[in-house]
Amino acid sequence: MTDAALVTARDVNVTLAGRRVLRDVSLALSSGHLVALVGPNGAGKTTLLRALAGLVPSDGIIHVRGDELSSLSLRERARRFAYLPQGHLVHWPLPARDIVALGRYPHGATDPARLTTKDAEAVLRAMQAADVMEFSDRRVTELSGGERSRVALARALAVEAPVILADEPTSSLDPRHQIDVMKTLRTAVDKGALVIVVTHDLGLAARFADTVLVMAEGGLVSQGTPAEALSEQVVADVFRISAYRAEFQREAVIVPWAEI
Amino acid sequence: MSIQNVMATADIAARRRASVMAALVVLVVLLVLLSLGVGPVRLSPSAVIDALFGGGSDVQQVIVQQIRLPRTILGLAIGAMLGLSGAAMQGLLRNPLASPELFGAPQSAAFGAVLVIAFGLADVRSYALPVMAIAAAFASVFALLAIAGRNAGLLILILAGLAISSLAGAATALVMNLSSNPFVVLEIAFWLLGSLEDRSFRHVMLAMPFIAAGAVILFSQRHAFRALSLGEETAQSLGVDVGRLRLMVISGVALGVGGAVAVSGSIGFIGLVAPHLMRPLIGHDPARLLVPSALTGSALLLAADIAVRLIPSTSDIKVGVLTSIIGVPFFLYLIMRERRALSGGVA
Repeated sequence: MTDAALVTARDVNVTLAGRRVLRDVSLALSSGHLVALVGPNGAGKTTLLRALAGLVPSDGIIHVRGDELSSLSLRERARRFAYLPQGHLVHWPLPARDIVALGRYPHGATDPARLTTKDAEAVLRAMQAADVMEFSDRRVTELSGGERSRVALARALAVEAPVILADEPTSSLDPRHQIDVMKTLRTAVDKGALVIVVTHDLGLAARFADTVLVMAEGGLVSQGTPAEALSEQVVADVFRISAYRAEFQREAVIVPWAEI
Repeated sequence: MSIQNVMATADIAARRRASVMAALVVLVVLLVLLSLGVGPVRLSPSAVIDALFGGGSDVQQVIVQQIRLPRTILGLAIGAMLGLSGAAMQGLLRNPLASPELFGAPQSAAFGAVLVIAFGLADVRSYALPVMAIAAAFASVFALLAIAGRNAGLLILILAGLAISSLAGAATALVMNLSSNPFVVLEIAFWLLGSLEDRSFRHVMLAMPFIAAGAVILFSQRHAFRALSLGEETAQSLGVDVGRLRLMVISGVALGVGGAVAVSGSIGFIGLVAPHLMRPLIGHDPARLLVPSALTGSALLLAADIAVRLIPSTSDIKVGVLTSIIGVPFFLYLIMRERRALSGGVA
């Protein structure tokens, strides 16, 4: 818990429809880290992301870059947190380029046909990073699931926010694309961003994350390097499974194996 | 690939949109001239232009400037407002079957206005009429969105809209039922059919401030509709205040539709149809659809109002009747086209 932390949360609680979904979550995360947020279904992972982005009302105090979240305008929050929700919903058949350009909305670029050079360059960088240049003119509704998820990722990258919150960005992707997405997020981290990824894939979390946060029943139960946070004991207690554990190319390998 | 390449195709799309807009403006201007020329005394477009700018005979000037101009202005403004509200509602709800008339807004506005007329609460030409119509329209759209909730599916929206328009219709019927003056009842019945006949500048003054305010409010929200294409949560994460946006759209639609209904009665289906005619030409971007839909709405209503003057019949056909007779089959066609979404999107 250093002063240099980019995002800190203290005693964050969220109650939705009378149910406490998040209990006393405190954390401090620094820039240049890829953080994996894991836990069983209903543990509160998505709610924690939404609370950090200010999309659900929460008690407790969240700071981002030293400013209290509740003191920031919606637009300022939007510039600091890029939020990539699950599902990659797009309601109208818009060209992929226009979707990615919406990432510049918090910066005042509300019209994709009239981007400033600065915004256009950010859009281009994001499209190159997520490898969606080839279908920039195609309508997103005509793209495959994998292509659409890359467009959604490009949209989040285009915000060029210091914090990227990604909710299961690899679900429904084939292994090759899962690795592509994680590597793209890793590149953003190497440029100084803090990336928090919700995932169910313990293998991907162990392979790519610097820090793993384990949640259960609305609380944080374990955090640290993948090997520490996902210890045999934690995996057994939280997920009620055993896992094959190894090391390959100096990265932790965790493969869920059997229920216990 | 460079920025230039990425933007080049965007430029092509922008140029196509510009030419569609230009064509629409030309069409609307032609319809305005035609609308000023059609009637018991037929005037050619050049005679209309003459009379409009003080040329031609005195009689022609009176016909164009005093008798037909208010009707044409109302057709232009009300059509635009209906088209704009349809596009805005579709943008807000991210649903191509949304429109004020399907959700009972004009019916409710009509109820508000009928209350004023039936009980003689105020002169028919006073501002009480649009104010009551706007209040009732606001209540109906607010109720619809409150009942339907945040991420309402088509089915809920349409059922709630049906219930609200039925309630407004029943309430209107009740008022007519309770009214002791048969002449007032007849007047209301005709007025409900929707018409632009015999409207004066007094009517224009009555409706225009509200229509203009509603249009400005809806247009000011255009970029938020685009962000909303990604869903409410993502739009919020991009800095859009979704709660405020909803309130603005409800207010804009209520002001515009209420103001329009107060002078024209209810004219249906223009709000539903206009954005659909534009999507193949303009694309699906909800922000870019607003102005073309407004122009299309103007063109549709002006054309329908010209048609009712040309169709030979023993008594006058009301323009609201004509738009519904054309609009309802179009709505059925849309339902057929959206069948898959409708049966899959039950939420």
